[in-house]
Amino acid sequence: MHDLFRRYGKGLTFTFIGLTAFWLLVLVILPDFKLLESSFRPYLPIKEVGGPKDVYSLGNYAQILGNHVDFNSFGLHFEIPARIKVFVLTIIYSGVVTFVTFALAYPLCFYLAKVASNKSLPTLFLLLFVPLWVSEVLRSFAWYIILTLKGPLNAFLMAIGAIEKEIRWVEGYSPVVITLVYAYVLFMVFPVYNAMQSLDNNQIEAAEDLGAPWWKIHWRIVLPHSKPGIASGAVMVFMLSAGSLLVPAIINSTTGNWFTQTIQGIMMEGQDWNAGAAFAFMLLLFCTVAVTVAMRIFRVKLSDIAK
Amino acid sequence: MSAGIDLDNVCCDFGNFRAVDNVNVSIQPGEFFSFLGPSGCGKTTILRMISGFTDPTGGAIRIGGKDVKGQRPNQRPTALIFQNLALFPLMPIWENIAFGLEVRGVDKATRRKKAEELLALVDLPGSADKMVSQLSGGQKQRVAIARALAVEPAVMLLDEPLSALDLKLRQHMRAELRAIQKRTGVTFIYITHDQGEALAMSDRVGVMSQGRLQQVANPRDIYNNPVNGFVASFVGENNILTGEIGHRADGMASFSTALGTFRARIADGVTKGKLYVRPEFMSLQDTAAVENSVPVTLSEVAFEGNFISVHAVAENGFSMAVELRNDGSGTVPQSGTKMHMAFDARNAAILPDSDTAGA
Repeated sequence: MHDLFRRYGKGLTFTFIGLTAFWLLVLVILPDFKLLESSFRPYLPIKEVGGPKDVYSLGNYAQILGNHVDFNSFGLHFEIPARIKVFVLTIIYSGVVTFVTFALAYPLCFYLAKVASNKSLPTLFLLLFVPLWVSEVLRSFAWYIILTLKGPLNAFLMAIGAIEKEIRWVEGYSPVVITLVYAYVLFMVFPVYNAMQSLDNNQIEAAEDLGAPWWKIHWRIVLPHSKPGIASGAVMVFMLSAGSLLVPAIINSTTGNWFTQTIQGIMMEGQDWNAGAAFAFMLLLFCTVAVTVAMRIFRVKLSDIAK
Repeated sequence: MSAGIDLDNVCCDFGNFRAVDNVNVSIQPGEFFSFLGPSGCGKTTILRMISGFTDPTGGAIRIGGKDVKGQRPNQRPTALIFQNLALFPLMPIWENIAFGLEVRGVDKATRRKKAEELLALVDLPGSADKMVSQLSGGQKQRVAIARALAVEPAVMLLDEPLSALDLKLRQHMRAELRAIQKRTGVTFIYITHDQGEALAMSDRVGVMSQGRLQQVANPRDIYNNPVNGFVASFVGENNILTGEIGHRADGMASFSTALGTFRARIADGVTKGKLYVRPEFMSLQDTAAVENSVPVTLSEVAFEGNFISVHAVAENGFSMAVELRNDGSGTVPQSGTKMHMAFDARNAAILPDSDTAGA
């Protein structure tokens, strides 16, 4: 603080601290508190808001338990609430998206960081960036076109003789997963690339010199070194995927609902902001829990991610 | 379990640049061999070719008599110690040392035991569970040596491993390295630009310049009988005089310079060259000697402790260096004194310039 005063003067320091505080407090924290508060209130006609029926309860949160449906998984048969099912599947498939982006990003990053010549790097990065110049809406529609029954992907696969009959891609969760992977893969690529780039080439050579085969070099040297990058990439991709509304809204099939669509339905179509807020907080809470558990399992510290 | 190494007309080109030019040398099993040269002379490239990270563009490399062409570094019986050591910072010390055993499928208990043994060998017991960041420079050095020894290599390759250490530690590690080499009997190939290091540790030294091996000899011969001007001036100091070779007889020749005519050693076949005399072979006398004597004025006298460094200027302004041993008598010549500088003809040599591709 003292340092800031000396460097920028009192006026400028207070202005910037004030602006930051305004942004944090008024634009982020207060609205969230308002939502949190209203998530505990019942959905009432305007006349009764503030009346005797307007008391705090967990009613909105309990709504997630309504509407039972069948759920088949791993050969087991359950009957679970429909929204819980969507909720759980959203988390699981966000995990799938995260894993697939990692599987795609890892070899790409290794190539960029350790194999590609410095001369070709600008071109390669440009090629990676170009798709970002197109809006996410258009890119999602593009995938919708690619994946339709009579679309280019099926036509191509039929032409090379890989399949005999068109595959129905837009079914279940695959179109959302495919498009989310495409939309967020760079959020994995850049942190992992940064982490790998900081690995000393001599480490790889030393491991090879000591007799390590390539997979051992990756498992013992490259992967552990890249862990902080992978962790921050994974957190970003997971959170963005679980919270994405646009991609599932555009490309989703009727059999693959995303939890954000449920929230949107309650808020926009049902006009029940209180219940919507309750659902949004449950998503936030569970995503945070999932990330924390994953970090425990992979032994990543919060300070690693901040690097 | 050590092996000899033969380099047979080994060349290495990077584009148009020839980093290593027709190097021929036979390194004996169990030998401590140093490649000595300035940076960019191709010595590191030689090391990388032996370890398999760089492929020679010509010639053959044989380890233990077998051509290693096409073998990856992980298939060769060599272990490289990198200049920056390249220890694995995310593994504890013992896992670092046992890494080579781990990739060979040795079980954990044996690995741990072997790591402890090697730590004892390099004088670092009790640090098995420490992390790399907890060690000092010299300790990291020892760990790197232990890690390389763990795979029981036939040849150890060391790429200026002492350059990051401070002077005291460096001198200590020299002796240590030499002792470890004697104890294990492994062939050591050592790369350095530090002549003191090369001379003090090696059985033989190969002096390199511009990709070419200039001279291969034991340290004494490298210093006392350099084959050319490059070796003479890269290893140790020299006073260099230009002039013409005159009458020669019995391996000696007269050499006429602007300071007068001198007599010095000369090898057969040398027709052009310069006269090289080391400062410590020069002496200062009150009267002129019979031969190889120049009247000078002392311009600068520096008392360095074990020796006295003197700069002397001849009548034509040519400056020369003399090193006098401090014999404890307390007599230090004063600058400005006029004296005669002399040297023994057997301690001076007429040498051709360095061996380059064009010559």
